[in-house]
Amino acid sequence: MLRPLIAVLALLAAPAFAEVEVEEVTSPGGIEAWLIEDHTLPFLALEIRFEGGTALDPEGRRGAVNLMTATLEEGAADMDATAFAQAREALAASFEFDSYSDAVSVSAAMLTENREEAVEILRAALVEPRFDQGAIDRVRGQVLSIIRSDETDPQALAARAFAEAAFPGHPYGSADDGTAESVAALTREDIVEAHRAAIARDWVYVGAAGDITAEELGALLDELLGALPETGAPRPDRAEIALEPGVEVIEFDIPQSIILFGHEGIARDDDDYLAAYVVDTALGGSGRQSRLMEEVRERRGLTYGIGTGLFPRELGDLYQGSLSTANPNAGEVIEVVRDEFERIAEEGLTEDELAEVKEYLTGAYPLRFDGNGALASIAVGMQMVGLGPDYIAERNDLVDALTLEEVNRVASELIRPEELSFVVVGRPEGIEGAVAD
Amino acid sequence: MRRLIAALALALPMPALADEAVTSFALDNGLEVVVIEDHRAPAAVHMLWYRAGSADEPPGRSGIAHYLEHLLFKATDELEAGEFSDTVAALGGTDNAFTSYDYTAYFQRVAAEHLGLMMEMEADRMTDLALDAEDILTERDVVIEERRQRTDNDPGALFSEQRRAAQYLNHPYGVPVIGWAQEADALTLDDALEFYGAHYAPNNAVLVVAGDVFPGEVRDLAEEHYGPIPADPAIAPRERPQEPPQLAERRIAFEDPRVGQPYVVRTYLAPERDAGDQREAAALTLAAALLGGSAQTAVLPQKLQFENEDALYATAFYDGLSYDDTLFGVLVVPAPGVTLEEGEEALDRALAEFLEEGVDEDQLERVKFQFEAARIYAQDDPGSRARTYGAALTSGLTVRDVQDWPGIIQSITPEEIEDALARVLDRDRAVTGYLTTTEPAAFEPVPASAADPAAGAPPPPPAGLPAEPAGDAATVLEDS
Repeated sequence: MLRPLIAVLALLAAPAFAEVEVEEVTSPGGIEAWLIEDHTLPFLALEIRFEGGTALDPEGRRGAVNLMTATLEEGAADMDATAFAQAREALAASFEFDSYSDAVSVSAAMLTENREEAVEILRAALVEPRFDQGAIDRVRGQVLSIIRSDETDPQALAARAFAEAAFPGHPYGSADDGTAESVAALTREDIVEAHRAAIARDWVYVGAAGDITAEELGALLDELLGALPETGAPRPDRAEIALEPGVEVIEFDIPQSIILFGHEGIARDDDDYLAAYVVDTALGGSGRQSRLMEEVRERRGLTYGIGTGLFPRELGDLYQGSLSTANPNAGEVIEVVRDEFERIAEEGLTEDELAEVKEYLTGAYPLRFDGNGALASIAVGMQMVGLGPDYIAERNDLVDALTLEEVNRVASELIRPEELSFVVVGRPEGIEGAVAD
Repeated sequence: MRRLIAALALALPMPALADEAVTSFALDNGLEVVVIEDHRAPAAVHMLWYRAGSADEPPGRSGIAHYLEHLLFKATDELEAGEFSDTVAALGGTDNAFTSYDYTAYFQRVAAEHLGLMMEMEADRMTDLALDAEDILTERDVVIEERRQRTDNDPGALFSEQRRAAQYLNHPYGVPVIGWAQEADALTLDDALEFYGAHYAPNNAVLVVAGDVFPGEVRDLAEEHYGPIPADPAIAPRERPQEPPQLAERRIAFEDPRVGQPYVVRTYLAPERDAGDQREAAALTLAAALLGGSAQTAVLPQKLQFENEDALYATAFYDGLSYDDTLFGVLVVPAPGVTLEEGEEALDRALAEFLEEGVDEDQLERVKFQFEAARIYAQDDPGSRARTYGAALTSGLTVRDVQDWPGIIQSITPEEIEDALARVLDRDRAVTGYLTTTEPAAFEPVPASAADPAAGAPPPPPAGLPAEPAGDAATVLEDS
């Protein structure tokens, strides 16, 4: 009795409309933000991104933006590291400072009842960080230990080798943390300079969700960010993607090989991006049973998980995937991945498969908009890739409008089996023509 | 500054709490149901928890609870292998499962209108699994790959497994959830079906639904789909072998060339939260927060990283949600030039000083205020609230215990914290582990952190450090 019922319900599952009301707020001082106002819970989630990120590290100062960001919470204005943390904890506010290749991010949550005080100490961290030498050195010790431990971490080794092969000579081609040498050499002046370069008003994006009005948010933005310098450092040039087809092996004594693979990807603002997203969802993307999961895990039992994704970044785009498999299976898995890349590039998706992917994507989209934290984060992410608030209402129609011809044309352009580059860390077997590291 | 801040915290009123909107009831067949309303988004999380985890496995069959969890995504008498997940995906939903020592849980997140279908399919696989001999062998290979990925490829995970085995001599908590490799490799269809038959029944399960749903509607749907499944009269309260008195300190030295991060972890056997009796666990929860709950202001980082430079990182961890005795842990990552022995001595000194100096009341106020605020922040995520209830109700607690917990935390006195901690910090009831590389001093250490996301507002670990407590890295196997 179950199956007919499921079929009927699946047919009825027309994509729900995402009802999210985004207000575009401009503060009296001219700072823009997206607000999703909801007074159900007495707190505000605030997501701030300063575009630029670790790609702004100057030549020879790799790791400066990372160490600077990690030291933002270690003292500000008249508070040393302990006093700053005590102040934040007494308000039960949470601030997370993070950096990655394209941005410095700040994720904050603050209670309505003490929001003014919380904003004041967050302002102090962003605008008046102390960067005391003792704090820098303490955090530097932690960063150095991470760098050294990454030298024996197979995942980190694989990621680094892939990045180096993809973006040689560009900041994208090395670890955000920097090297032991570059981090050891960073001075307090370098950290102050990294702050001046990476935390400025010209590339800031703000998403807010929760218990605040547009007027209150405007005042908050000026208070929080108004005193920052107008402009930060210029961004480096776009990266040339230099991946070579083939298999690079890094010998490492572990029972299971870590395998990364990929080639050039597609820019987020490309007209074909959405079609490429559909292709990836079918081939190896997350959320539904992809071809690669079906072939490598379900049918052959060769891995616990395999996944791919579009990785568009400001300065260079990759299409990348990963998995791990017992060493003796490595050669076979690589062949299966190549075969699946070839199959989808040549034949594209089937009509049914496209319908299933559309069902999944359009059904899943409205479910994203759940919770203040998630909403603030989505609001910032959309602004960073240049989408307007209207996109939320239009997006499922755009997915549904994609034709099989269009999607399969993009599959043949995006997926390039002949360009596939693999990095394998482990003691893999059965790989022909591997290049030893 | 410290005094001023504390005064500020004291002057603040406790935040007004929104109605938690939690309803609970039971069906006639013994299925317990918890409904958590959150009408902000049109989504619902449907979770079915079984009071059966790896600690309920028969001897020699380690990993069977987790292997069975994988097999529940295969065929039933109504559904083909994979059809459950495909159906959820076709609705835009997500589904998965996870296994721990005390429970196995299955969940889907979908548009609220599909709740009935989720129940129909979940009820179907509670009793009607129809496994194919070939499917189950392929899936066993997947589980072995999972073990390699989680454990065998990671010296920190192997270290943790060895420490737990040393900690629990007799209780099955000493056996890894994913199973010992040689046993997990030999599990059979009969093993899976035996475990399934023994534990999967409505009177051994807890249904938690959170999101845009109303209790009456959930009750009607639950009656319709789960109601017809009869209770299994053979299900009895869990009685596992308990630990004998530990009479001597246990120490482990684990060496592996892949270690980039020597550190010391010590775990003490500690009492867990019990129904109607949670004060001791609440005191230990606060003790862990005071000792290690903040990377800047907690006692261990203050003493080991700020006052002295013995450590790169130091923390404490405790999780009271456990059916039987749990662990209280401390961890220190020595600074470059400081040996593990010196790091351990510095840690012991810091703990002794803390017991001698007593709880700083300003710090306790701040910690308690964060626990209070965490209740508001937690309401932003109905899925995680559902998990809190599911884990508690499968670990021997009741809905009432979950709801009493915040108040108990607020009522704990400094003396109770000091006394509870003093009782736990007995090295004759502990395992101390050193993790080192085989190449002496080749690498400097990297910290791990121990924040319990369910307990108050834990700090994120310092930039880039792993957020998992090194002592507990494999307690819950999240599947994908």
